[in-house]
Amino acid sequence: MTTVAEMPAGFADKVLAAQSTFRSVMDAMARPGTVQRIQAVSGVPAPMMRGAAAIALTLFDQDTPVWLDSKLAATMDVAKWIKFHTSAPVIADPAVCAFAVVADAAALPSFEHFAFGTGEYPDRSTTIILQVASLTEGPAYELRGPGIDGATILRAAIGVPDLLDRLALNASLFPRGIDLVLVSGESIVALPRTTRLVAKEG
Amino acid sequence: MNAPTYNFAYLDEQTKRMIRRAILKAIAIPGYQVPFASREMPMPYGWGTGGVQVTAAILGPIDKLKVIDQGSDDTTNAISIRKFFEKTAGVAVTTSTGDATVIQTRHRIPEAMLQAHQVLVYQVPIPEPLRFLEPRETETRRMHALAEYGLMHVKLYEDIARFGHIATSYAYPVKVNARYVMDPSPTPKFDNPKMDNCAALQLFGAGREKRIYAIPPYTSVVSLDFEDHPFEPYKHKACCALCNAEDSYLDEIVTDNKGSRMFVCSDTDYCETRQSQGHRGSENAAPYAESANA
Repeated sequence: MTTVAEMPAGFADKVLAAQSTFRSVMDAMARPGTVQRIQAVSGVPAPMMRGAAAIALTLFDQDTPVWLDSKLAATMDVAKWIKFHTSAPVIADPAVCAFAVVADAAALPSFEHFAFGTGEYPDRSTTIILQVASLTEGPAYELRGPGIDGATILRAAIGVPDLLDRLALNASLFPRGIDLVLVSGESIVALPRTTRLVAKEG
Repeated sequence: MNAPTYNFAYLDEQTKRMIRRAILKAIAIPGYQVPFASREMPMPYGWGTGGVQVTAAILGPIDKLKVIDQGSDDTTNAISIRKFFEKTAGVAVTTSTGDATVIQTRHRIPEAMLQAHQVLVYQVPIPEPLRFLEPRETETRRMHALAEYGLMHVKLYEDIARFGHIATSYAYPVKVNARYVMDPSPTPKFDNPKMDNCAALQLFGAGREKRIYAIPPYTSVVSLDFEDHPFEPYKHKACCALCNAEDSYLDEIVTDNKGSRMFVCSDTDYCETRQSQGHRGSENAAPYAESANA
């Protein structure tokens, strides 16, 4: 059992670390497909990645129910760390979570288990923070949509089975939908619900 | 320097997190108004409390802030907000559009083309474009949910029936990413085309009405119109009396009690930059004072 003293630390400089992390996430969300880097240093509870931990410290608080996938919930370390540093309630039902943190992309539940928001309030939807193997190598995807000047190419080993089918379903629900933030180490790429992905040869 | 009694950029961290989450959802749903728990700020509503909260939530120590009010860097509102962030965040400020990384604006978009590393923050009084047509929030929410925007076209049509043309000259409604009808804040409709496919991220904050919305970079922003009455950006038929610019938005300045008037650029940075490059208007034969000192 981890005591508070053994728990990985939060941000060394809470205010400026949260600001620089937020700007990376905002830039990622505003320019889907671009790889942004998390500069801020913090402790990380395994098996969370540095980028995911920094986003948690930046955006989670008592107003944001958080859902953890089975790999992150396997030990209590991650839930305890999140509760201690952010006060966010860690909940079992993904349908009402503001954020979902997923370490095992292959076992990502289908999107309808999460919150899509409503037609009147599409912002009341889940943002999935998805840890992936790589954001520089892997299959190529062509991305289009707001924030992208024409089209852009993302090479990433995302590891979610039938990712494109899920995103097509997500797109058909607009303005409701799930927003994805992909994390690999300290790199992040956002795929908001407006981004359209097509698999690209080569 | 940082005033020691305030957190960086005035707002407490919990408030910043709440605003930051709203900004992210606003970017993910272009043109949709995200409710947020607007705070009381040390300035009255109508002075840009929404814009100030958005700026405070995104601002970092390496940013360079520019604040304009009706295009001008030199008005009370612009100077007060610039000083506010100098005092509470210790950030560098500038009046140059090109040098700024964050630009907070009231009622104008700078004339100079915005770049990809910049963020434009608008102060918005009434974010709901349908509000004067339908006062109930429950109804306007549903209209947005169903993309039921016929009423707005009726309003523009009534303009044509009464005046022979679309008489809306500011806060001219736009459709963002072919989905949400959005109020571009009371910018003159001259500025509407600049929002379309803009390289910079555009964020909108309405403090009193507690709404944040956004236009991501490179997003289509179309001013509503009709095939036989296409959108036309209005502009005075004149050029700037100080810098002779023909392509900028002009303010009309009454110069005496007999109705004499002159037109000058509303964007002071654009006008001063042009004057320093040697452009002279009809009322500005003398050498530009600051360039003489340089």
